[in-house]
Amino acid sequence: MNHLDQLVQQATAEFAAAADGAQLEQAKARYLGKSGSLTEQLKALGKLAAEERREAGAAINRAKGAIESSLEARRQALREAALLEQLAAEALDVTLPGRGQGTGGLHPVSRTLERIEGLFRSIGFVVADGPEIETDWHNFTALNTPANHPARSMHDTFYLEGHDDVLLRTHTSPVQVREMLAHVERYKDLDTMPELRIIVPGRVYRVDSDATHSPMFHQAEGLWIGENVSFADLKGVIADFLRKFFESEDLQVRFRPSFFPFTEPSAEIDVAFMSGALEGRWLEIAGCGMVHPNVLRFGGFDPERYTGFAFGMGPDRLTMLRYGVNDLRLFFEGDLRFLSQFK
Amino acid sequence: MQFSEQWLRTFVDPQLDSNELGHLLTMAGLEVEEADPAAPRFTGIVVARIVEAVQHPNADKLRLCKVDAGGSELLQIVCGAPNAAAGIKVPCARVGAVLPGEFRIKAAKLRGVESFGMLCSARELGLSEDHGGLLVLPEDAPIGADIRDYLALDDTLFTIKLTPNRADCLSLTGVAREVAALTGSPLVEPEIAPVAPAIDARRAIVLDAPEACPRYCGRVLRGVDARAATPDWMVQRLARSGIRSISALVDITNYVMLELGQPLHAFDNTRLSGAIHVRHPQGIEQVLLLNEQTVAPAADTLLIADEARALALAGIMGGEESGISLDTTEVFLESAYFTPDAIAGRARTYGFGSDASHRYERGVDFELPRRAMERGTALIVEICGGEAGPVEEAVSPAHLPARHVVRLRPARARRLLGVGIDDEAMAALLERVHLKVERVGGDLLVTPPSFRFDIAIEEDLIEELARLHGYDDIPAVPPQGRLQMVESAEDRRPVWDLRHRLAARGFQEVVNFAFVEEVWERDFAANENPIRLANPIASQLSVMRSTLVPGLAANLVTNRNRQQDRVRVFEIGRCFERKADGEPVAGFHQPLRIAALAAGDALPEQWGERGRKTDFYDLKGDLEALFAPLRLHFERVSHPALHPGRAAAVLLDGRRIGVLGELHPVWVQRYELGTAPVVFEVELEDALAARLPGYVEISRMPAVVRDLALVVGQDVTVARVLEVLKAAAPAVVREITLFDVYQGKGIEPDRKSLAFRVSMQDTQRTLGEAEVESAVAALVREAEIALGARLRGSGE
Repeated sequence: MNHLDQLVQQATAEFAAAADGAQLEQAKARYLGKSGSLTEQLKALGKLAAEERREAGAAINRAKGAIESSLEARRQALREAALLEQLAAEALDVTLPGRGQGTGGLHPVSRTLERIEGLFRSIGFVVADGPEIETDWHNFTALNTPANHPARSMHDTFYLEGHDDVLLRTHTSPVQVREMLAHVERYKDLDTMPELRIIVPGRVYRVDSDATHSPMFHQAEGLWIGENVSFADLKGVIADFLRKFFESEDLQVRFRPSFFPFTEPSAEIDVAFMSGALEGRWLEIAGCGMVHPNVLRFGGFDPERYTGFAFGMGPDRLTMLRYGVNDLRLFFEGDLRFLSQFK
Repeated sequence: MQFSEQWLRTFVDPQLDSNELGHLLTMAGLEVEEADPAAPRFTGIVVARIVEAVQHPNADKLRLCKVDAGGSELLQIVCGAPNAAAGIKVPCARVGAVLPGEFRIKAAKLRGVESFGMLCSARELGLSEDHGGLLVLPEDAPIGADIRDYLALDDTLFTIKLTPNRADCLSLTGVAREVAALTGSPLVEPEIAPVAPAIDARRAIVLDAPEACPRYCGRVLRGVDARAATPDWMVQRLARSGIRSISALVDITNYVMLELGQPLHAFDNTRLSGAIHVRHPQGIEQVLLLNEQTVAPAADTLLIADEARALALAGIMGGEESGISLDTTEVFLESAYFTPDAIAGRARTYGFGSDASHRYERGVDFELPRRAMERGTALIVEICGGEAGPVEEAVSPAHLPARHVVRLRPARARRLLGVGIDDEAMAALLERVHLKVERVGGDLLVTPPSFRFDIAIEEDLIEELARLHGYDDIPAVPPQGRLQMVESAEDRRPVWDLRHRLAARGFQEVVNFAFVEEVWERDFAANENPIRLANPIASQLSVMRSTLVPGLAANLVTNRNRQQDRVRVFEIGRCFERKADGEPVAGFHQPLRIAALAAGDALPEQWGERGRKTDFYDLKGDLEALFAPLRLHFERVSHPALHPGRAAAVLLDGRRIGVLGELHPVWVQRYELGTAPVVFEVELEDALAARLPGYVEISRMPAVVRDLALVVGQDVTVARVLEVLKAAAPAVVREITLFDVYQGKGIEPDRKSLAFRVSMQDTQRTLGEAEVESAVAALVREAEIALGARLRGSGE
């Protein structure tokens, strides 16, 4: 091995031994610096004969190239090592929780109402709303429930002090009347009115309070009026809704004759689940029926021409069944330990 | 209404078991709420006679009985009942019998004496709570007979929930009629033979208000023994209908009401004077009722009176002073038809109801009073003895309810129901429930019977058809219609968007009652004249809320009491205020509002952020985010619920839409709210507003940014400074943002430093240095003039 090869080997070894950039630069200086070994050799070239000089110069330059590439390789290796070290040092405990605001949630009954609205909107219903302090006329009379009608005792009504004819609505049905009147007014110039399809979620009030009754609770009312709306349509819509709402195609839905002053024929709707804790039990879930001709008339529709159906369901009860809640009162107590379960 | 299945089956006995019968009723609209066995399960218990009862040799309280239970030899049974005595007949559980609760009777030794069975009390058989002693059976009870057969215990007690339109089913015969119609089984109605008058005792009847009482039957009975015992079969049927036996006369009137649906009333004839008048009150009158309540009947309440005084509230309740007692020997029996209009709602105004008023206000068969009178008379004579006078019947035919023909168009029925029943089948269905059907042209002319009060219009018949055809047999089809899209306004947001925005920022939605405690209204809204309920359910739920805030504060208390100090809640709900007009319901403004409350730590407890209590500006940020991209403005305001220095009116487009602030320290203390919560409440309608985005050209020229620290007086608001700066800003100024507020070292105590970043840009060209400097100078100059500001770091 000649001297230059030895020098290259030696430099490579020293570079490899350099633990960091500074040591490496010192090592570099020993070979390539102003008075480095290789620089010395280059300086010594001048003393050689011209012939030898050429050959020796080429050899020195080869050695210099070899040392430089060795240096560069070491630099690269040190950079990579440094990066690795830095990355290792920067490692986080990825299991530490994220920072910031927590998340809240909707009220469980709101969840239900949002789904109800969404499902009915998907078949062309629009959402309607109305006052909660209501007139006796809208709440009862226009719904075919005159004073002294026995059906009024089915609704234990809150009245306002100093007003005989103003009450807290006992159901969302008065909105039906308001919407019918508005619909008829809006389309009075047309030969045939478009269909009226509304869903009315809201809070209603009755003088009743125990584990299954709250003096304030929710209802969602639906109304569809058109020229050929039938009881079969009503059954179709309700059964479809309930199966979609509970995401249960084998849900049993039954309609049983009942009585409401504002519909005729009227039905109570029961459901029975085919599995789960409530399997096989009929559970009353809503009331419905064909809009009574008197109500259509009060709403400005000609009952000979237009027919319709209406239904009213209890979103509180739907929520209880859907999420397994066993006490209605929990909905209105504002206990975060309960409410936060429905995020 | 509750009744016994066995009793029902004496009128109609379809080939259905109890479950099937219950289902049939429910699906016909007579909803079975409960179907309970008359007695729990037990076996092996028979009628037995105690032949001998002697003292147990080793126990004071026990007796040693020899019992004849129908077997070949007497059984020795040890018994602890105080009434165990020789001669009586009692239920005996023999060895091998199983008592309720799967308790099996075995031969046993009691205090050294063998016992082969057990003598039973009513409670041990699950028949009643009576355990005063053995259940003593009548003398004629056949020894050895199974007690279940003897007491007819294999019975079901049905409770049906009748809708107000089906008054015709408020009796056994009514339900039976329905069952017969639905099943085709024959109906066996009770045979009612008129009781021939044996005496000529009469009492005249005058219908002073024939429109309210068009028919009234009365009859005098003499020589009646009011102390006679009610027969066991009647006691049992009444008991299984939920009616306690009182005395024979009362029991008989109740029995006839249950059987036929006709309320009867028995007066003590000796306490009446002169003719019976059915009339309205004359001036102020008083009646002491059987329930010991004295009422002054209102002008529209119908009375039964004699010539001296008012006796009873017609169709509602009898009077104490004219009623029967155990000493009664003469009865005046009433069987009348009062119209629903004359009775409906009246009982409720006096604060009670009765079986009679329940029936009359829904409609009693107006052809029934005479038959019921005969039925009642026959039972009284049979049970209490005595002799009956003739039936006096006062009737005003013109005022009896008319049964008008109702026209049914079969095509309309098919269209309304969406089902293909042919005309023939419709007629047949209607005839099954005793409706008279006549065919004229293509229509059916239908006349309802006197016991149906719910058939007046075509839809009533269509409902009847649906019911009899079976709701189950009407198809459920997805409706067909013309598809048209629902309107979708982009300048409004669905309310769900607000809910989800707040939820995403850590708020939990709550739903609070709309009626609240009156003091909340006073404290949080300075509302001295709240909207009061006439009949609140409780005093703390007596007035309508005009603000959502106190409800949220109460939620905070609830949760603090359950170790939840960090509370972020919101509600979307209606508030109620008095307002003169322009409202859907005159006099009441009922806006929907959205309100939120934040209390406790600003952030959930976490390792990565310093703990800090939530404050005004946290909730302000939440409120601003709720409205984004719409920009809200705020100004100081005074509000009864809020800290006077930390309360802001919320403005949108210059309109006041709500408030934001820290709750007033007085309320924080009084209501024990802990660290002061911050709340906002704004009109929902405004929160739903959105903006249709519109494109503005993006400048390609570089922006120039200069920072500007202005020192102003403490009382100068940021909003005011921004207002001044923006007014003074040349067109090149794009944005002025506050990025720091500083008070302290280097700034006088009564002043503060506000640092703004001013961003300048032109869409067409790069701004020159001179232009930038002149813009900044303009801002500073105006701030100096208008606000007394100085540039920080310049001069003092």
